[in-house]
Amino acid sequence: MLEVQNATKRFGGLVAVNQASLKVEAGSITGLIGPNGAGKTTLFTLISGFEKPSEGGVLFEGEDISSDEPHVRARRGIARTFQIVQPFAGLSVLENIAVGAHLRHAKRSDALARAERVGQRVGLGPELDKSASSLTVAGRKRLELARALATEPKLLLLDEVLAGLNPSEIRDIIPVILAIREEGVTILMIEHVMQAVMNLCEQVYVLAQGRIIAEGPPADVCDDPKVIEAYLGAGAAERLKREKVHA
Amino acid sequence: MYSPAIIAEAVVNGLMTGAVYALIALGLTLVYGVLHIINFAHGALLTAAMFAVWLVYEALGLDPYLAILPLTPLFFGLGYAVQRFVIGPASHGNDSNILLVTLGLSIVIENALLAGFRSDTRTLNTDYGFQVVEFGPLLLSKPRLIGFGAAILVTVLLWLLLSRTDTGKAIRAVAKEKFGASLVGIDVAHVYAVTFGLGCACLAVAACLLMPTFYVNPRIGQAFVLVAFTIVVLGGMGSIPGALLGGLFIGFVESLCGLFLGDSLGQIGIFLIFILVLLVRPTGMFGAKA
Amino acid sequence: MTFRDIAPIVVLIALLALVPAFISANTVLNFLVFTLIIALAAQGWNILGGFGGQFSFGHAAFFGTGAYAAALLQVRLGINPWIAFAIGTVAGAAVGWVIGYLSFRSGLRGSYFALVTLAFAEVLRILANAATFTGGAAGVLIKLDVRPGNFQFESRGAFFWIALALVGAVLLLTGWIERSRFGAQLVAVRENEAAAKALGVDTLRVKLGAITISGAVTAAAGGLYAQYFLYVDANIAYGTWISVEAILAPIVGGLGTVFGPLVGAVALHGLGEITKLAAGSVPGIDLMVFGGLLIAAVAFAPAGILGLLRRSARSRGAARNA
Repeated sequence: MLEVQNATKRFGGLVAVNQASLKVEAGSITGLIGPNGAGKTTLFTLISGFEKPSEGGVLFEGEDISSDEPHVRARRGIARTFQIVQPFAGLSVLENIAVGAHLRHAKRSDALARAERVGQRVGLGPELDKSASSLTVAGRKRLELARALATEPKLLLLDEVLAGLNPSEIRDIIPVILAIREEGVTILMIEHVMQAVMNLCEQVYVLAQGRIIAEGPPADVCDDPKVIEAYLGAGAAERLKREKVHA
Repeated sequence: MYSPAIIAEAVVNGLMTGAVYALIALGLTLVYGVLHIINFAHGALLTAAMFAVWLVYEALGLDPYLAILPLTPLFFGLGYAVQRFVIGPASHGNDSNILLVTLGLSIVIENALLAGFRSDTRTLNTDYGFQVVEFGPLLLSKPRLIGFGAAILVTVLLWLLLSRTDTGKAIRAVAKEKFGASLVGIDVAHVYAVTFGLGCACLAVAACLLMPTFYVNPRIGQAFVLVAFTIVVLGGMGSIPGALLGGLFIGFVESLCGLFLGDSLGQIGIFLIFILVLLVRPTGMFGAKA
Repeated sequence: MTFRDIAPIVVLIALLALVPAFISANTVLNFLVFTLIIALAAQGWNILGGFGGQFSFGHAAFFGTGAYAAALLQVRLGINPWIAFAIGTVAGAAVGWVIGYLSFRSGLRGSYFALVTLAFAEVLRILANAATFTGGAAGVLIKLDVRPGNFQFESRGAFFWIALALVGAVLLLTGWIERSRFGAQLVAVRENEAAAKALGVDTLRVKLGAITISGAVTAAAGGLYAQYFLYVDANIAYGTWISVEAILAPIVGGLGTVFGPLVGAVALHGLGEITKLAAGSVPGIDLMVFGGLLIAAVAFAPAGILGLLRRSARSRGAARNA
């Protein structure tokens, strides 16, 4: 469904993403993990169109969308959430979601009805009439999710929707994500909460210093020495293995 | 066509006016660079300073150049108070609010001057107002030459203040990262007010330099404020060397446009440059970062 | 829009339409017509600034275009004033689109957008002041020829009704915007442009739509001004005073609300008249009050007069429930 081909993004002299390629199969939940500053969010901005790649391209359903503006990609069916939540602070929760729903529904009443259903589904039902700025962190994350869902996407890009949540909030939201996939929405997620990645993702890509250094099912990737070293530093994999032997 | 001498004289006159423009723009760019706000009241504050010069001359017989001594600290204090007690608290730290508050201030100041001084245009009758200096084939106005030198001197002094003194370091720290500055114990609200005060002090000096050859009425600031914005945008918001170069350039352009297009169309060159720079490169032409 | 949205607007306009039946003093009607013209200009500003969050400091560009088009088309080309007025409104929309296209394409926002609109208005002012076609600094005088077909009326009441009808029409238009997809997207752009884009909002198109409508409405106010006073010059039509008036009324009345500009314009000018009566003929005293009110509104009442009313209504309701 989504294919990133050798995408490179430079900011001045800094290469944030370097020759990264990945594929997301329709109907899957794919994870994108990597240490802080690896370029995960930059890769997301290339997919969602907020930045254009310096080299390489992005294919969606077989079409090259590299030069499309973000709103055009949204129309094609790509929705994203923001790592740093971006609510429309002056609007109510329902109105926030309705902006997303308006993408496919021109009439105000249709959009509001749609927004209400989406809001209920992600568990924002009791909060719909409150101001978006009054939500808790967990509420704002749900709002990000709801707004993106309201655009009725085919591909949902989730940028750390679990970050900043406590364990019980994470437990509450994981079934929501699974249910979204059950309805046929493909998901690509950046996530640091490894437990969630292990439970949710079929396929994982590991980004370090702008490069994809590993890919595969989550369990395999976690044992990959390259991945361990990317997180813990050179020689860490070797040390861990030795410690395991000694123990 | 005009003779080379006339054109040369226009160029030199333009540069001399430009230096005073630069001084006006200096206050604006300093405030922008540190507070990241566009001060719409800048023009009205200049008008107030010009009236102050006129008033001390008429009432006390104080020479405009001597008036620099009392008026500069007075306007520093005024600017300090305005930022600390009006703009800061009223805008709640929101950018578009600051824009509106300074707009409101400019309306209040301008119309207070109108109420106090009426709409008459006033000038100073100094005995040196029309003196000229011969400079090769050119005849240059003596007070404008003084204005040119003094404006450049003040620019250099301000630059030294910012780069060499502790106050300057605090100001630059706040300009770069106000949160970090507050963490190391810098009183950000105080630095903001000092910066605004310095901006107003520049206006006081500019007013003293302008008045021997210029006139004042309650609306005069409007003519200057857009010119000053143009210079600031051209020179790069927040850049002091940029303001000086931008000021000289705008003085030059205005003078030549005035020569070739006539007085009524003369200013249009400035605004077209302004619009073009904003549309093409809003970070300025002289390389300061936005 | 539903009946519930339309009814209060219709009732308000119907009530206001009765005013000339009770008041025939020319000074009062003069004041009312002028206030309505300001309200109309401010309604235009509010669509872009209040709903879209793009603060223009140069709405004089539209007001002046409407005023000059109305005046010049009939004086120089002999076009019927009603048609000239309509063309002026369209011209305002066109100027809005052009300024919007240039500035929004370059990504200008916030203070930069404010500055560039101010500069556009100044360029137009200087051009109008210098060109011979526009009558230069002397301005354009529309010949007195009192016929309804000529957009000139015996009584000021007729003008009052026309201005009121236009204000009412824009109230309905704004009410529609508030309840439409366009409005929802416009408000989303104001609140957070990046988030709006991610949700599929074509932010450039939405902003262009807003500035085009905004330009048309404010140009209509300009056309009305020219037709009422039968005179236009550069400092009136393209002067900063009208840009400031257009900003003040919505902020004092209630930014981004349907009734805000009208409430603000009436409150400001009402207070201005009272101040003038109290302070005598001191020039600028009313504007001083306006400037002070602007600062006070930003500092203490960010939702304007309507926000204050709503807040006090709510606290009174709460007191009753307690």
